[in-house]
Amino acid sequence: MSLQPLLDVRGITKMYGRRIGCADINFDLWPGEVMGIVGESGSGKSTLLNCLAGYVDVDDGQVFFDTRNEGMKDTLRMSEPERRMLSRTDWAFVHQHARDGLRMSVSAGGNVGERLMAVGARHYGNIRDEAIDWLERVEIHHSRIDDRPTAFSGGMQQRLQIARNLVTGPRLVFMDEPTGGLDVSVQARLLDLLRSLVREMGLSAIIVTHDLAVVRLLADRLMVMKDGYVVESGLTDQVLDDPQHSYTQLLVSSVLQV
Amino acid sequence: MITVSNLSKYFILHNQNSAVIPVMDQANFSVSKGECVALVGQSGAGKSTLMRMIYGNYVAQSGDIWIGDTNVVGATARDIIDLRRKSLGYVSQFLRVVPRVPTRDVVAEPLLALGEEQAKARSNAEELLSLLNIPERLWDLSPTTFSGGEQQRVNIARGFVYDYPALLLDEPTASLDVKNRSIVLGLVERAKARGTAIIGIFHDEAARNQVCDRIIDVTQFTPKVA
Repeated sequence: MSLQPLLDVRGITKMYGRRIGCADINFDLWPGEVMGIVGESGSGKSTLLNCLAGYVDVDDGQVFFDTRNEGMKDTLRMSEPERRMLSRTDWAFVHQHARDGLRMSVSAGGNVGERLMAVGARHYGNIRDEAIDWLERVEIHHSRIDDRPTAFSGGMQQRLQIARNLVTGPRLVFMDEPTGGLDVSVQARLLDLLRSLVREMGLSAIIVTHDLAVVRLLADRLMVMKDGYVVESGLTDQVLDDPQHSYTQLLVSSVLQV
Repeated sequence: MITVSNLSKYFILHNQNSAVIPVMDQANFSVSKGECVALVGQSGAGKSTLMRMIYGNYVAQSGDIWIGDTNVVGATARDIIDLRRKSLGYVSQFLRVVPRVPTRDVVAEPLLALGEEQAKARSNAEELLSLLNIPERLWDLSPTTFSGGEQQRVNIARGFVYDYPALLLDEPTASLDVKNRSIVLGLVERAKARGTAIIGIFHDEAARNQVCDRIIDVTQFTPKVA
């Protein structure tokens, strides 16, 4: 086990006027760990994710990340170029809607290659080879490399988005409902893919979802949010099988059994 | 290897008039290396609850559960993840897996999680699958479509693919035919010989008598209803 967390989140608070977005969120995430965040719509889980990733300004709190060169550093107080470099290299963000994370007017290969070029890759042949390799890892046939994502199905777009995000070998991936809106058969493929990528690349991930079956299979640890607060957290199977908080009990008992 | 002391648990059902259901009161026992102990007691006595608490799946209200030098009660999620990866295996009655993952990889997973290389992990998995009579043509398929007995054997293979120092078995022979049952009991005996501490629930009395050194009647830990 490593001696230091990859991410250390302290007291994150975000207000929308007088309304709470998320309040006083504290947790740490260790290398190779997957953290799930569940809660109903409006519970603040996406707000929290956007705060952590630096997409939304927080009112209070710190997000320390174990940077390669300088160790633990508060990412919310980094310089803009520094943070941008982080989000191109060690961080990745998989959006719920693939079109938010893809360039729809650029070919599939271009979408993957672009992120490589952003970190300094210049040799066209290498970039194309790497792009082909990643398309195949996410099960998109290499013959589709010159097609635009507009010609892809929803599930393929989502897999392309994942390839684009992971090609630079990030250490931390933020995911907002990565399997939302997909057919169950496609969801299963994506879950399998994410699980093996997490293991093979030693990734850490934070996954926001409202699907309890998804977190059970994917997340090591779980946080349950309600009205902007974390009401319960712990080992995923413990929180789901022996929930302690009344809201978690309600949430778990409301799931339809298949 | 496993020491349970003063362990108590109740459930509070917040959404059902906050009903409090006591399920375990002052459980005390221990299991040494190489020993296999059977939990007995009628249905509802708390056998599965006790196993789940030892695995860290259920929260204990008070007491201690020592597995080696980790106390499961009050341990962080990270400590339990580490404990489960390296020290504590669990063969449950139900197979819960990511759909679409081939059986071979499902079984190899505990080894892969420990950093074993893929080829070695897979060959160990295959060895166990063939020992447990899962036909080779099924290894590339997901176990989600398998029969009950096949799924159970996949679960058993997963539990024995790595030599956990402590192992929990929830009815490992429940839906098996005579031949496979004796293979599973052979695996249990081999694990004991290696020094694994085992706690099991066996409704199959003959199986229990064959592999268990002792029985613990959990009824003694069942809270007395006033």
